[in-house]
Amino acid sequence: MRLIAVQTQCNEASLVDERPSPFGWPERHRVLVSAAVLAALPAVAPHPALAINILIYGLFATGFNLLFGYTGLLSLGHAAFFGAGAYGCGLAIVALHLPWYAAILGGIAFAALAGAVIGGLAIRTSGVYFGMVTLALAQCLYFIFYQWTSVTGGESGLRGVSVPAIDLGPLHLSLLDPLSKFYFLLFFVVLALAAFSRILESPFGAVIEGIRENENRARASGYALRSTKWMSFVLSAAFCGLAGALNTIHLGIVSIDTLFYTTSGTVVMMTVLGGMGTYFGPFIGAALFLCLEDLTTNWTSHWQLIAGLIFIACVRFFPAGVWGSLLERIRK
Amino acid sequence: MGDVSLGLLELQFLTGLALGCIFVLVATGLTLIFGLLNVVNFAHGAFYATGAYLGVFAFGLTGSFWISLVAVPLGMAALGMAIEKFLLRPLYGLDPSYPLLATFGVGYVLVELIRILFGTDGIPFSAPGAFRGSVLLGDISFPRYRIFVMCATVALLTALWLFIEKTSYGLIVRAGAKSPEIVEVLGVDTSKVWLLVFAIGTAVAGLAGFLAAPMRGVIPEMGVNVLIEAFVVTVVGGMGSLAGAVIAGLAMGVIISITSFFAADFSNVVMFAIMAAVLLVRPQGLFGRLDAAR
Repeated sequence: MRLIAVQTQCNEASLVDERPSPFGWPERHRVLVSAAVLAALPAVAPHPALAINILIYGLFATGFNLLFGYTGLLSLGHAAFFGAGAYGCGLAIVALHLPWYAAILGGIAFAALAGAVIGGLAIRTSGVYFGMVTLALAQCLYFIFYQWTSVTGGESGLRGVSVPAIDLGPLHLSLLDPLSKFYFLLFFVVLALAAFSRILESPFGAVIEGIRENENRARASGYALRSTKWMSFVLSAAFCGLAGALNTIHLGIVSIDTLFYTTSGTVVMMTVLGGMGTYFGPFIGAALFLCLEDLTTNWTSHWQLIAGLIFIACVRFFPAGVWGSLLERIRK
Repeated sequence: MGDVSLGLLELQFLTGLALGCIFVLVATGLTLIFGLLNVVNFAHGAFYATGAYLGVFAFGLTGSFWISLVAVPLGMAALGMAIEKFLLRPLYGLDPSYPLLATFGVGYVLVELIRILFGTDGIPFSAPGAFRGSVLLGDISFPRYRIFVMCATVALLTALWLFIEKTSYGLIVRAGAKSPEIVEVLGVDTSKVWLLVFAIGTAVAGLAGFLAAPMRGVIPEMGVNVLIEAFVVTVVGGMGSLAGAVIAGLAMGVIISITSFFAADFSNVVMFAIMAAVLLVRPQGLFGRLDAAR
């Protein structure tokens, strides 16, 4: 009984993207608008590395948001897919000597595969159980990669994944130049955002939001709950895998920390901070989180304490997140 | 040779039982809090670590293991009460993921506070004098301290069981878990019941951390793995089932211990494989009810 009351209240809190926006144009062309906003990042960010991180973690949080914000499933193991994408891409370059574009695809494929397995197990449970199972299985992947030193480099990570330059016909891009690298990565992020927007507008997008709002009603309406949730999980993992692959291209190394549970925590924090279930919220959350981290690490090494406190305050007082609350305010 | 390996196997089995006791204690607190408050406490691992540090700190002040053993649950219960009252209570009306997220944040803060107060390197802590050394059990020698941990776990579980099953307060707790509205209508202040249960869960987690300290070391991140192990135990045993937590916890400890003896590389992964197998066959866990998993 308590649960039912709980659910209706929660739905109100997460109802952000439902009503048509008074700003019809930006809503209809949200991919273009968000691409334009992201393209302006290097001009505002204090340094290019921060802008690149906002791109990568924003995409990571967007992928996580498909499952958490739109399907209503709280996974606490999404580091697995970011890490799988990162290792998949890195190993494709280091071990298989594949070109960068195949490596990125390899990263996405590996993350989707990990998502298919972990998601396949986790969706057999639901509610709070789901979070525990995803966290445990993600940690399992962490242990496997940690111990498989001959392939993954173990504790010291995977090194030597260098992609110095991109040659596409007449186009020559040096990734040693931070700005070129930013726009190179932006290209993939915008592609992903377009795909993401398309998924949300599709019937599938309507079904996952229906599952989030009322699982029993969705089941009664004849939707196959398990396969829909599983599909959403795999798609979410693939987006996060792309983010991980881009992170490998960006850094040239894969740290074992990408698979650690703190990475899962970071993406949850970013999404909640920005606003779950909103299209652009995860990018706002990633930007705020990374800027705060950038500022505070200058004067304290205990950044996690501040992150935790901000996160608690956000959950307690701002459950819709910064961007989500703003949208609610505008729409009223 | 047969004799030696049999003895080693027995030793490994007993070591696993002692490890399993720690799992059982952590999973019991988790299950207790979930069963009544419907909150998955992601700060449970941090409570475990905090308990260990609190105990080591109290031991440093008083020099007495027994005083520390009393101070840890008391201190942890106070901490748990504060967190329940000021942080979780306002979130009860919302979606279950909000209290879960809040405890997640609490975990971050506690671990970082430990790092600030005690450093990142970890503290050496060994069993008190009375428990050093080993006893001969048949033809194997087994550390005394681990026997103490097993006895303490049995005592604690018995006390918890008596409290929940045999006292009138326990009756209210069980009724409150089933139907808070009816208990409220009967004139019981359920908020006090929530507070008490969260405090007990926190105290048990802290005590488990302190008991494990001489066995598994004291570092700020000690709670992470144990939390995940406890999750696996809870999922395998069945959410909300105390008997499931006990049986799955002991079994998991023994399995990990035996695997680390025969195939050390797989000892970290074996419990996840078991969890995956259980999920495939019985998603609600071995002793769980189907409705608890939904």
